[in-house]
Amino acid sequence: MSARLYIPRDAAAVACGADEVAAVFAQALRGKDVTVVRNGSRGLAWLEPLVEIETAAGRVGYGPVSATDVPALLDAGLLDGRPHALCVGRVGDIPWLKRQTRLTFARCGVTDPLSLDDYRTHGGMKGLERAVALGPDAIVEEVAQSGLRGRGGAGFPTGIKWKTVAQTQAPQKYIVCNADEGDSGTFADRMIMEGDPFVLIEGMAIAGIATGATKGFVYIRSEYPHAIAVMTAAVKAARAAGLLGRSVGGSTYAFDLEVRSGAGAYVCGEETSLLESLEGRRGIVRAKPPLPAHKGLFGRPTVINNVLSFAAVPFILAEGAKTYADFGVGRSRGTMPIQLGGNVRYGGLFETAFGITLGELVDDVGGGCFTGRPVKAVQVGGPLGAYFPRALFDTPFDYEAFARRDGLIGHAGVVVFDDTVDMAKQARFAMEFCAIESCGKCTPCRIGSTRGVETVDRIMRGEDRAKNLEVLADLCNTMKFGSLCALGGFTPYPVMSALTHFPEDFHAGPRLEAAE
Amino acid sequence: MAAFRAWDTELASEIVANHAGQEGPLLPILHEMQETFGCVPEPAVPLIAQALNLSRAEVHGVVTFYHDFRREPPGRHVLKLCRAEACQAAGGDALAARAESKLGVPLGETTADGRVTVEATYCLGLCAVGPSAMIDGRVVARLDEKRLDALIAETNS
Repeated sequence: MSARLYIPRDAAAVACGADEVAAVFAQALRGKDVTVVRNGSRGLAWLEPLVEIETAAGRVGYGPVSATDVPALLDAGLLDGRPHALCVGRVGDIPWLKRQTRLTFARCGVTDPLSLDDYRTHGGMKGLERAVALGPDAIVEEVAQSGLRGRGGAGFPTGIKWKTVAQTQAPQKYIVCNADEGDSGTFADRMIMEGDPFVLIEGMAIAGIATGATKGFVYIRSEYPHAIAVMTAAVKAARAAGLLGRSVGGSTYAFDLEVRSGAGAYVCGEETSLLESLEGRRGIVRAKPPLPAHKGLFGRPTVINNVLSFAAVPFILAEGAKTYADFGVGRSRGTMPIQLGGNVRYGGLFETAFGITLGELVDDVGGGCFTGRPVKAVQVGGPLGAYFPRALFDTPFDYEAFARRDGLIGHAGVVVFDDTVDMAKQARFAMEFCAIESCGKCTPCRIGSTRGVETVDRIMRGEDRAKNLEVLADLCNTMKFGSLCALGGFTPYPVMSALTHFPEDFHAGPRLEAAE
Repeated sequence: MAAFRAWDTELASEIVANHAGQEGPLLPILHEMQETFGCVPEPAVPLIAQALNLSRAEVHGVVTFYHDFRREPPGRHVLKLCRAEACQAAGGDALAARAESKLGVPLGETTADGRVTVEATYCLGLCAVGPSAMIDGRVVARLDEKRLDALIAETNS
């Protein structure tokens, strides 16, 4: 068998030069018995592009590799896993990877994303096989028992959602995957779609069997062209192999999938807005009820879940609900693929059981700021998530624990800021972003956000500060309780947390121009 | 850098026909229009409306709702800079200001010579290797002043 050389095709690796590295390797290895596999990313962002060679002793990694390093790496004996300044040893032994619990991301970065053989060899399709054997009711029960909650941010129990759709009678039902991963600081959906697309297809097919839905859509944001390309190719391969279509994997169940592209609207990550968009309309949020589970896509019962929710399902079915639920704390069961980004030394994808503290994540795992400066704040849960100061770093990663501290886990993005950040500016940005992305349906979000920007500006200029701070708090209260969806409803989280935890940044008085 | 076609009613009708069997075909049609013509040209609106049995206002409403859809073709190159929080934390603000000053236009506009359209984007999902950007569909990460200047220089070709 020829040696396998792995060079990631993940967008983050490509953005760091993986394609150029692959091109130089292809040239240098011409005529040699080496197969280049374009794998997903292991999620160790600071090592990308991370090149791996399969050796008798396991996979040995080198990173971050640039195209100009390739000749020297080959001379040093990379193909035999020999030492070099860039060698990181056996990838599986890297502590950052070893201390994780990879259930959803078990294959990501390990396999060839578009090889069904690879997928099967590494445990894929076991969940679907068991699902077919169990039948709809038992699948729903299994998912409910696992304690899985929506990984998109709202944390709604997935089993209940599925059960509602399963029990609603209709001539057509749909499975919709929300892959509109718009939160800054999040990239787990993108990584899984680029690195292990079949796990998502398998999860969606299981959802189809469980609920009686025969058609599915994966709605991927247009900012993710690489994910769209890999998912489209994976759906085609799955169809050709009979995993999608009239008879899913030779069973009596029918299920097929279509990949759709968003068009640059953040609000389409909100489930009802996404459904409107899929139907071909402006992405305007719908009032609930009716719930999508009763009247969703084209007015039909619809399961709409995040990528990570569907991707967790094959493991749950294959290994059993209990195995999954044994991980985690309180009502947050299983694992969460946490994404560390921003100004962090060791960023990337860190899947772990719920319960790890924010401080462990930022300091131990992330290694603090890459600028070498002290960490001042972290924003958890995207643009609608709260900013946490060091004083709250003992907060465990758990839906309820974050809620108790006026924050949210959201889609588990953690963005680290050093002490040069101006929190008043961040609060202003939160309002500005809401104003740019508001769908316009409800007044608190549409107008409140613009008034919010103006009010923060006044505070930053030192105009009637006490009065304007009061106006800002009042505005946030109105947005929080008066908005139709999380965009207007959660924008107050970053604003109020910045104000609460970093009041000094709002009290600086008239600002000096060009103080930076 | 993509070469766009001039408006062609027949070609536009073909695009609409390509999506005839799809459920919810409007966004896929608009995407293909833009890939073909560089934007969603004005005459496309009534044409699509007619074919899908929608009003012109409905189609116009959809075209204008989404940030992606353009009414005019972009510059010869499109440079998108991520302006979201993770890239802000990694130094993105200064880079955006630098790009604006080097190109002489604010984000969201095209240089007078039609060479480059520079835009803000809110997250490319490259948050652990930021600041990041996308140039003509190619993603670039770990931007610093030198790498940004190289990207801007690329638009001279």
